[in-house]
Amino acid sequence: MRWIYITIGVAITGVLGFLGIREVVSDPVYFLELLLGGLTRGSIYALIALGYTMVYGIIQLINFAHGEIYMIGAMTALIVASVLGLWGWNAGVIAILAVVFAVVYSCAYGFTVEKIAYKPLRNAPRLSALISAIGMSLFLQNYVMLAQTPEFMPFRSLIPDFAFWEPYAHIMSSVELTIIVTTVIVMVLLGILIKFTRIGKAMRATAQDKVMAALLGINVNQVISTTFVVGSATAAIGGVLIACHVGQINFFIGFLAGLKAFIAAVLGGIGSIPGAVLGSLVLGISESFFTGYFWSEYEDVFAFSILVIILIFRPSGILGKHEAQKV
Amino acid sequence: MEPILNVKNLTMTFGGLKALDNVNIAIEKGQIAALIGPNGAGKTTFFNCITGIYEPSKGQVTITPPGKSSQTLKGLKPNQVTERGLARTFQNIRLFQGMTVLENVMIGRHCRMNAGIFGAMIRPKSQKSEEKKATYASYEILEKIGLEKYVNEMAVNLPYGAQRRLEIARALATDPFLLLLDEPAAGMNPQETKELDDLIIWLRDNEDLSILLIEHDMKLVMSLSDRIHVVDYGKKIAEGTPKEVKSNPEVIKAYLGDDSDDA
Amino acid sequence: MVTIKKIKQAFFIALWFMVLTFPIMVIKVNTITDTVVFRWSYLFWNGIGTFFASLTWNYFLHLKENKQKTETSDDIPMVHQLLQNDRFRIPFLIALAVFFLIYPFVFPMYHTSIMISALVYVMLGLGLNIVVGLAGLLDLGYVAFYCVGAYAYALLNLHFGVSFWLALPISAVLGFMFGTLLGYPVLRLRGDYLAIVTLGFGEIIRIIMENWDDFSNGPRGISNIPPPNFFGIDLGQHGSVIYIYFIVIALVLMTIFFVGRLENSRLGRAWIALRDDEVACQAMGIDKVKTKLTAFALGATWASIGGVVFAAKTSYINPMSFTIWESITILCVVVIGGMGSAIGVIAGALVLILLPEYLRAVAEYRMLVFGALQVIVMVFKPDGLIKSVRKTYKFKKVEE
Repeated sequence: MRWIYITIGVAITGVLGFLGIREVVSDPVYFLELLLGGLTRGSIYALIALGYTMVYGIIQLINFAHGEIYMIGAMTALIVASVLGLWGWNAGVIAILAVVFAVVYSCAYGFTVEKIAYKPLRNAPRLSALISAIGMSLFLQNYVMLAQTPEFMPFRSLIPDFAFWEPYAHIMSSVELTIIVTTVIVMVLLGILIKFTRIGKAMRATAQDKVMAALLGINVNQVISTTFVVGSATAAIGGVLIACHVGQINFFIGFLAGLKAFIAAVLGGIGSIPGAVLGSLVLGISESFFTGYFWSEYEDVFAFSILVIILIFRPSGILGKHEAQKV
Repeated sequence: MEPILNVKNLTMTFGGLKALDNVNIAIEKGQIAALIGPNGAGKTTFFNCITGIYEPSKGQVTITPPGKSSQTLKGLKPNQVTERGLARTFQNIRLFQGMTVLENVMIGRHCRMNAGIFGAMIRPKSQKSEEKKATYASYEILEKIGLEKYVNEMAVNLPYGAQRRLEIARALATDPFLLLLDEPAAGMNPQETKELDDLIIWLRDNEDLSILLIEHDMKLVMSLSDRIHVVDYGKKIAEGTPKEVKSNPEVIKAYLGDDSDDA
Repeated sequence: MVTIKKIKQAFFIALWFMVLTFPIMVIKVNTITDTVVFRWSYLFWNGIGTFFASLTWNYFLHLKENKQKTETSDDIPMVHQLLQNDRFRIPFLIALAVFFLIYPFVFPMYHTSIMISALVYVMLGLGLNIVVGLAGLLDLGYVAFYCVGAYAYALLNLHFGVSFWLALPISAVLGFMFGTLLGYPVLRLRGDYLAIVTLGFGEIIRIIMENWDDFSNGPRGISNIPPPNFFGIDLGQHGSVIYIYFIVIALVLMTIFFVGRLENSRLGRAWIALRDDEVACQAMGIDKVKTKLTAFALGATWASIGGVVFAAKTSYINPMSFTIWESITILCVVVIGGMGSAIGVIAGALVLILLPEYLRAVAEYRMLVFGALQVIVMVFKPDGLIKSVRKTYKFKKVEE
């Protein structure tokens, strides 16, 4: 049985590899565009996937409402930018304020969602917390839809076209460049937070063993809240960036983006932060090639297929560790 | 005569850690054997390896059910091991909380029943009588264990000692020839422990069972066991009658400090 | 007990929510006409609302924590107590039967049609209850099998002229097969992964139906699906609605009958045991994969049958009928009604599907309320509206 799977896998990889090389040779610019497009896409996934993976690492919950936090980030940015734009403020100030508001509000929502829907269920069966998370996701989507509009709303990019980037803009736009650079900066900052700060150490300790961490005087509730807040902040940044990139948003954008990011987190190994980044980049780039060279309408099918394959053959993901069952 | 359970060179490694290192244990028919050792010595790991929850890194586990030929347990899933006649309880009570006491025992009958999807939905005569038999058999087991007054209670609402006994009842329902008890007296008061002592001996004498138990209560172990196996740091350090084990210097060294007041 | 401290707390929580919801609730932007409307009244009402909501929330949370300390929550729901009482049960069942029998003749066709939808949800809910409620497998792609059933009837009828009555068993078998096929690779996954993978499967099937034009007619869907035939007699539009109504009633009764039996069978017990503790369950001799697979496949079977009825009733299907929302709605029916409890699920389906239909004013808020209810039920009443009660057995005293 195993050999059949391996043979099929090798055959598919071989065929794809062959087709890929042929395509690269015939049109290298298109290939480069797809690669950079995939990198951009992967960066956005990474910004969202971080929240999933951090929360999962600490309370072993798939935070279903995380995609909604990302959507709320984008939505807040749009609202703030619109209001300030109408008042005739300077574009640079608007951009900064929009991002600040998006981040602050997403964090506040993430914090509140945890307090309402997850904290009371911390000792409940996992299924209960997961259902509560689904309920929260449903609620937030409909809340934004009813308060604003079900239609797509155009989003004017907050990022100007950089003059110095003009010569390369035909391969990669300024927005895409900003997305990739921002993601790198966020990742570095996050790495510093987790590795070197007090709260970062507390987070790692809590992820390992909640009870022990509490015994050592770590305020576990506070650590969990912080995790939600940090995850929400990166998701909000992702939300604003993607809104600038795509140019329109609605209440539903968080659903699919959230799912994709979750897939990326699982692909990299859920609970592992480098894994989430790696998984996101792999997923983003392979999706970009798949849609660019094969069938764009089956993009989501491709992502889900990756998820199924990973979960069946390597449920711990690329960088994850196998967890032994406790008896 | 072949031992009913014969474990040879059992080794279990987790990453670099050797939880079990070349352990040899043989259980004779009709024996009450005990597996003792300090905390973290690998006792529960031993149970998990035998019952198929872990796949041992090395070694053979052979069983010889009474009146049957020997067979290996290698590569069997936990449910297949149970079908072969080994039943266990858990150190941290693992009852099915959403079910009544009787139903918990009936779960044990599961592998001795046949009803499939259609049997369950259409319920022909054969299934009806099977179901009825299982119900009565389970009730009888509850009577033996002394839990019949709780029949329709939810398992989660039982007092602690009764929950431990229900675990034994549930294991008995699978018709085992060897019962593996993981710390059956943990958390029990002296009265309950005394009753447990009687129950285990009664099971051996009347139910044609052999028993292997892990236990920390040395008084219980010494009074109950025919044979004691001692493990420490995954290695077997001694084996013998309670008397022999008590005076074994290796054992005293292993226990010195922690459990000496119990021993 | 409402103390000053609690009121103060609620006040601050209300303030927090007023700030929190400010941009999205108060400011309404229209990026096309470039206008902004400030809805200040929302801020006020929101503050008042959250103030009282927070008081109630904390009160119930407090109540729940106290209850946990004194344990043994063995209270049997009133509905069950009433149903066990013969003096109540028989008249109640007769009244229920009469109500459902005369319903389509008393009420206009529109209401019958709505009742059919609700009853289809009862069936779907009971089917999903096997998977989620009994076996504890969170399936977020249940609609996939509903889709399979509906398309099976539509396509078989389109190409081969297969009738409703033949399509019913064919789809049931097809559903069972699909359930087994999709379930086999994913059922060894842990619970939360399973939820996402099934969600993925649900979406995959919908996307395929949307894009594989030659097979499924794509987003245009399939129209002119015939209603069930009644010995070749044309019943007219009204007649055929009534006919479908009774077919659905029969199917629901059949479902209740089978599910009731399954629940208290060897298989049903194994499902519940598996839900409660996988490791112990295996150690008691239950084959994990096989048991999960039967639950999954049986759930799929019912969804598939439901799909056939849906196609026959609406006479038109397209992929938009089978989105993730459908799966979530059915899940809400099960969760809010009471996981594992057949009566709860039936009540849940009728309430959750019928209420929004009749209260048009709140129909818009349906999903919002569903989402909130899911959270509230999980936090305060994880057993749902009507919790399940296990069968009790009586034994004659042998001697005495």
